[in-house]
Amino acid sequence: MKAAKVKSIGAAQSPLLGAAMFTPAVLYILLIVGAPFALAIFYAFSDARIGSTDLHYVGLENFRSILQSPSFRQALQNSIVFTVLAVTIVVICSTMLALALEKPFRGRGLVRFLILLPFVAPVSLGTIGWKWILDSIYSVITWVLVQLHFFTPFNAPMWLGEPHLAMGSVICVHCWRLIPFATVVMLAGSGAIPKEIPEAAEIDGAGYFRTLFQIKIPIMLPIILVAVLFSTVFTFTDMTVVFILTAGGPFDSTQTLPSLAFATGIQGSDLAAGAAISLFLVPVLIAAAYFMLRVAHRAEVV
Amino acid sequence: MAVVETRNITKVFKEGELGAVNNVSLATHEGEFLVFLGPSGSGKTTLLRMIAGLETPTSGDILIGGQVVNRLTPRERRIAMVFQSYALYPHLSVYKNIAFPLKAQNVPRDQHRQKVEWAAGLLGIGKLLDRKPRELSGGERQRVALARAIVREPAVFLLDEPLSNLDAKLRASAREELEQFHKSVGTTTIYVTHDQVEAMAMGDRVVVLHQGVVRQIGTPKEVYEDPADTFVATFLGSPPMNLLEYSDIIVGFRPEGFLPSDLVPGQKRVTFRYKIKYVEYLGAERVLYGNIEGGHFESKEIISRLSWNMPSGYEAGAVHDFSIAESDLRFFDRKTEKRTHPKPYPWQ
Repeated sequence: MKAAKVKSIGAAQSPLLGAAMFTPAVLYILLIVGAPFALAIFYAFSDARIGSTDLHYVGLENFRSILQSPSFRQALQNSIVFTVLAVTIVVICSTMLALALEKPFRGRGLVRFLILLPFVAPVSLGTIGWKWILDSIYSVITWVLVQLHFFTPFNAPMWLGEPHLAMGSVICVHCWRLIPFATVVMLAGSGAIPKEIPEAAEIDGAGYFRTLFQIKIPIMLPIILVAVLFSTVFTFTDMTVVFILTAGGPFDSTQTLPSLAFATGIQGSDLAAGAAISLFLVPVLIAAAYFMLRVAHRAEVV
Repeated sequence: MAVVETRNITKVFKEGELGAVNNVSLATHEGEFLVFLGPSGSGKTTLLRMIAGLETPTSGDILIGGQVVNRLTPRERRIAMVFQSYALYPHLSVYKNIAFPLKAQNVPRDQHRQKVEWAAGLLGIGKLLDRKPRELSGGERQRVALARAIVREPAVFLLDEPLSNLDAKLRASAREELEQFHKSVGTTTIYVTHDQVEAMAMGDRVVVLHQGVVRQIGTPKEVYEDPADTFVATFLGSPPMNLLEYSDIIVGFRPEGFLPSDLVPGQKRVTFRYKIKYVEYLGAERVLYGNIEGGHFESKEIISRLSWNMPSGYEAGAVHDFSIAESDLRFFDRKTEKRTHPKPYPWQ
């Protein structure tokens, strides 16, 4: 009581202190997130190009030309496929891993460390490693399959060179990177279930799968939702894996919206079109952010 | 209904360490309310969890209804258990919580509603069926947990400190309800508690456990009046039994037996000069803390308990003659701490 009173008086007496404490965060968000976002909106309605100081207002011209471009439609479709498949795989695998790692066993610490490893390694380094693993000539996977006589060296699959295989490879590498993060989130969720609850289910006569699907997973649902939302955002906006592994090829078959925006706006020096493409990510991200806030709020209430 | 029996069961969690439960053999009677009583860490919950099938005994056998169930899953043992935290399923309504055991044991769906309503009616929670556990009070949660336990009509009930999360007032009424409930269902019940009042009030018999060992099994009257050893003597009763040590004997007497001399009838009594140090006033009774003056037991601390209608004048600082009837003395061997026969004792 007394402490609370002192605290409120302190806060009332120095509004400046409060503002001073708050400013770095506000500045950070304005400069790093707000300014580029405003700039992207501004460019999307202009004819900005790299290497030119001319700038004209062109209205919705950029959006019209993007919507007509087959590359954009392909990228939008790829983004959706990439996100849906990757998030599904990530959520299923991380739930399984979290449940497997719940009970103590010999070497659990080591397994947990190994699972976390991909997440702490720099994305680009890890992905470059995968680029070699999936390389058309030096691929170890191909080498092993050839040694096992599944293929001859001449008809071996080109992991990054055939449209469907390339998409599959990109999704797999992305999952490899995201699963550790999702697993940690899930472990927090499954660890929060009091151990009496599955025990009560066992006593009540439920087998392993009934306990899993009717008790544990429903209780974990809010945290699973958090993992889904974060994975969706990370996947939908990611271009590192695509860019390093395939650069969108072959024939745009792995091009996603972020990588297309980068290829058009930066590499193709059409800043305005790049900005317009990236703005198409906004509705999805706003929806995800809205649900994240709702889930967070609900988690607080419960 | 069934009888639960344990034969020499032992549970060692870490090799080389002392077992949590050591060589416990006991058996319930048909339809009995048996209480496991002990301080925390006495192994009572571990013992219960082994009977439930949630822990595997390191050695020994568990029998339910005459059949060895060591290898059976909890579900096959036909037991129901109420946990200390109630362990209600937080995402399911009260109705679905109670119906869960029926669903899990593949009881035909058309019987669910009738059985759930029967169980809920028995515990007076018929109106709460649509609520979620988080919308219930502690007492209501406890009843839901009980309803979930009885709905499948188990052979044995296991209750793990089900009242310890309730506040004091609710606990007393819940205790009474549990007793009534046990009388009406008549199922063999094992009840774990660290609260001696609960144990004495509810148990047909009480099993006193300490460090994983059974110290005594008996009716509440037996364990209170004829404790088997000094642990039982001091664990039961509040304030505990007074103990006086002399050579190889320990003699004990209850504080309520140590009274002003003129209130102890008969010639066969032992008398001390008793100096009162301070008095706790508890309403229905007064607890006196003081020392013996003179003799072998000079300045030995002794507790006396006087009921509210005793004469006044027993205040801090006063010195009086206090006595115990010889029939109220209990003798223990000093080495084994077990009960022994009365022996001549150099009182003064």
